[in-house]
Amino acid sequence: MTALPRVTTADQARADAGFHRALVELLYQAADDDLILAQRGAEWLGLVPHIEEDVAFSSITQDMTGHALALYQLLEELGEGQADHLAYFREPSAYRCAVLAERPNGEGTYLDSPRFDWAYTVVRQYVYQRFKRLRLEAMVKSRYQPLADLAEKMLREQFYHLYHWEVWMKQLTGRTEEAQRRMTEAWTRVLADAPSLSSLGPGEQEILSSGVLPWSLEKPFRQALEESARSYGLPAPNAWTMPEVNGRDGRHSPALPPMLEHMAEVYRIAPAGAW
Amino acid sequence: MSEADLQSRVMAALDEVMDPEIRGLSLVDLGMVERVEVDGGQVRVQLIPTYVGCPALGLMKADVERRLAAVPGVESVTVEFLRKPLWTTDRITPRGRERLKAVGIAPPAGSGPTEHWTPECPYCGSTQVHRENVFGPTSCRSIFYCDACRNPFEAIKPV
Ligand SMILES: [Zn+2]
Repeated sequence: MTALPRVTTADQARADAGFHRALVELLYQAADDDLILAQRGAEWLGLVPHIEEDVAFSSITQDMTGHALALYQLLEELGEGQADHLAYFREPSAYRCAVLAERPNGEGTYLDSPRFDWAYTVVRQYVYQRFKRLRLEAMVKSRYQPLADLAEKMLREQFYHLYHWEVWMKQLTGRTEEAQRRMTEAWTRVLADAPSLSSLGPGEQEILSSGVLPWSLEKPFRQALEESARSYGLPAPNAWTMPEVNGRDGRHSPALPPMLEHMAEVYRIAPAGAW
Repeated sequence: MSEADLQSRVMAALDEVMDPEIRGLSLVDLGMVERVEVDGGQVRVQLIPTYVGCPALGLMKADVERRLAAVPGVESVTVEFLRKPLWTTDRITPRGRERLKAVGIAPPAGSGPTEHWTPECPYCGSTQVHRENVFGPTSCRSIFYCDACRNPFEAIKPV
């Protein structure tokens, strides 16, 4: 079988309806994951365990938002509308983020008596970055050259994001009984949502057959999680059951709509952070 | 004025556009200027973004437009950011590395992300240093501490 030729421009992508549809679908998934999980990260500002972590976490959050915006820019070139609008003013059902990204940080909100769960945050961010590494590695081999180029650049930055959470995983596991209990509990909750990340949604077949992604992400992701479980002394992932609502088809948990409303409100007040 | 003259004036002007986050370091020092094309009075500048989400990019673009508009002979300015080639820390010029040290920031040791790297202390040159935080005030910098002269310092992360 000969490899399909590379698609080097947005115009070429738009000329092939099937390829275009699959590409747009994947870009929304990746952009929305980064944007929404970065927002969950931003809610921790001023609440994390120490000042150094505040600096690090907000840097990572800023990078993730930047990655999301770069992906929305690709969507803009593909005729989807203005990047900022795509980020902040779509209907909840138009978002393709995995349900794992939208889960609340804990009880309360960051404005009103937050009782956030740091163990859950560490495990969720770690698992997401572990997954994102695999998705970026696959994107580097995408038939869509602008995405492959962007992914190559993102990988270099993302290295430090994953590393940051690996350090936390190492610090919080295998130490005290209390920490291990909390981490195990968080790990179990995150694992229940993990299949939503590697799901490519209803367009999965087309995303793979058109070469938008060269391979499915599920198998390498499951392997990576098994390795993580071994190295951090956490229970091995067993069942791989899709959560009832996974996000990739536009159906989301009740946590997403109020989040989007809040983000749009902030954006209206200070478009693009008003640099 | 010939196009070659204008080209060198434009390059000199670009060397006056500073990174908004690191004082005293120009876009040329950072290795961000990939190409400058002069056609009559029309100038096209192609820049390589350092980080995908660097919040200073918009500001840099505006600064370039403003600075070049003030160069005699320039009629219009177009600034583009390229996706390729990738910006890596070895694009920082030798002068850029010296300038970083002068403001107390260790230049990157090599390029390509890595868990362990040893920058030289920008104050005393020692490599008896340890890392305090992978992320500094901006995501391109880390925080180190020099065990020799007992100063904390920032270092550019290798990417
Ligand atoms: Zn020193």
